[in-house]
Amino acid sequence: MSKTEKEPMFSAKNIKLLSTPLNDENPITVQVLGICSALAVTVKLEPAVVLAVAVVAVMGAANVIISLLRKTIPSRIRIIVQLVVIASLVILVDQVLKAFLYDVSRQLSVFVGLIITNCIIMGRLEAFALGNRVWPSFLDGIGNAAGYGWILIVVAFFRELLGSGTLWDYPVMEKLGLFNIGYENNGFMILPPMALITVGVIIWVQRSRNRKLIESK
Amino acid sequence: MEGLINIFVRSVFIDNMVFAYFLGMCSYLAVSKTVSTANGLGIAVVFVLGITVPVNYLIENYFLSAGAMAWIGSGFETVDLSFLSFIMFIAVIASMVQLVEMTVEKFAPALYSSLGIFLPLIAVNCAILGGSLFMQEREYANIAEAASFGLGSGAGFYLAIVGIAAIREKIRYSNVPGPLRGLGITFIVTGLMGIAFMSFMGISL
Repeated sequence: MSKTEKEPMFSAKNIKLLSTPLNDENPITVQVLGICSALAVTVKLEPAVVLAVAVVAVMGAANVIISLLRKTIPSRIRIIVQLVVIASLVILVDQVLKAFLYDVSRQLSVFVGLIITNCIIMGRLEAFALGNRVWPSFLDGIGNAAGYGWILIVVAFFRELLGSGTLWDYPVMEKLGLFNIGYENNGFMILPPMALITVGVIIWVQRSRNRKLIESK
Repeated sequence: MEGLINIFVRSVFIDNMVFAYFLGMCSYLAVSKTVSTANGLGIAVVFVLGITVPVNYLIENYFLSAGAMAWIGSGFETVDLSFLSFIMFIAVIASMVQLVEMTVEKFAPALYSSLGIFLPLIAVNCAILGGSLFMQEREYANIAEAASFGLGSGAGFYLAIVGIAAIREKIRYSNVPGPLRGLGITFIVTGLMGIAFMSFMGISL
């Protein structure tokens, strides 16, 4: 134990825990986790950012708690224990959202609750927090949630900009004067299937820049 | 009766779990490589949704929502436990999955071996919890409506996962650009299927 404690808080290994989920090990585009909630909240930027922050909070805290308890949880009932920890954290987040951001919480509707079954959280608890110390687990949680969050925000950025012509409800396209020269909003971008196609295109762009991610036939 | 069929058809086609709400996407993408495994998971989802939604409906309406516990006694009329619904629902789902698994193993070994690993996976499938949460949000009038919604959502998921598995089996023979291969093209095909399903949206039931 004393040997690992000497390791600096931001050693190269720990930085790597934080940065690989952003690209090489991205939860959405590479590990295929947590897509369920990712797509439905990306019509506008604001709910997407709020959900991303909520997931960062839940995931950091859940990883820390499970990592603290990892020696006491019997492996046979670990799934129930994990679900209870996540569900309690999500209840906290839900109550906070209802108290301070009521409108956004209405827009997110069931998707706050669905953070519980967001497979990224379960997946990282199983794969990482159960076998690692508290600080690396915390970084892993934050890194993965951030990797999830940035995809969410990119998708929401394009869908809101092209679909409604606004960004965070600020009428960008109107201020640029594009409507006067015949530009029109693409209402199609607001519809659910376009979220899937946007993510498909993001995967395409990411993998053509990072060719080692290409799947073999 | 007509109302029940309406709810069923609505939840299969118009409010399809996968195409309209993106629920159950994780297992939808992970288990859709071949039709036979997709079939197994699909049946398991119909099964579990058909059971958990009505059970959670009872819990919601007799224990959790505001004033629901009035039947116990006059002291309970003002109790509102709705903030506990997430944790109750997920506990019910996890234990129902366990129960269903044991029952199926005991009484239908053949079905058990074909569902096999999919049953435990379902406890963390977002479509299952989503079903209960939508049931809570839409406030169905009675348990039959809730059950019909649960079965319909399950059937919608079944339709989607078997459809995409069939397409993926065929796509293996086509020449997809490298970076799109696998996950990328699956997303885009799902998007196109979603657009096709949107044609049901105008139907009013």
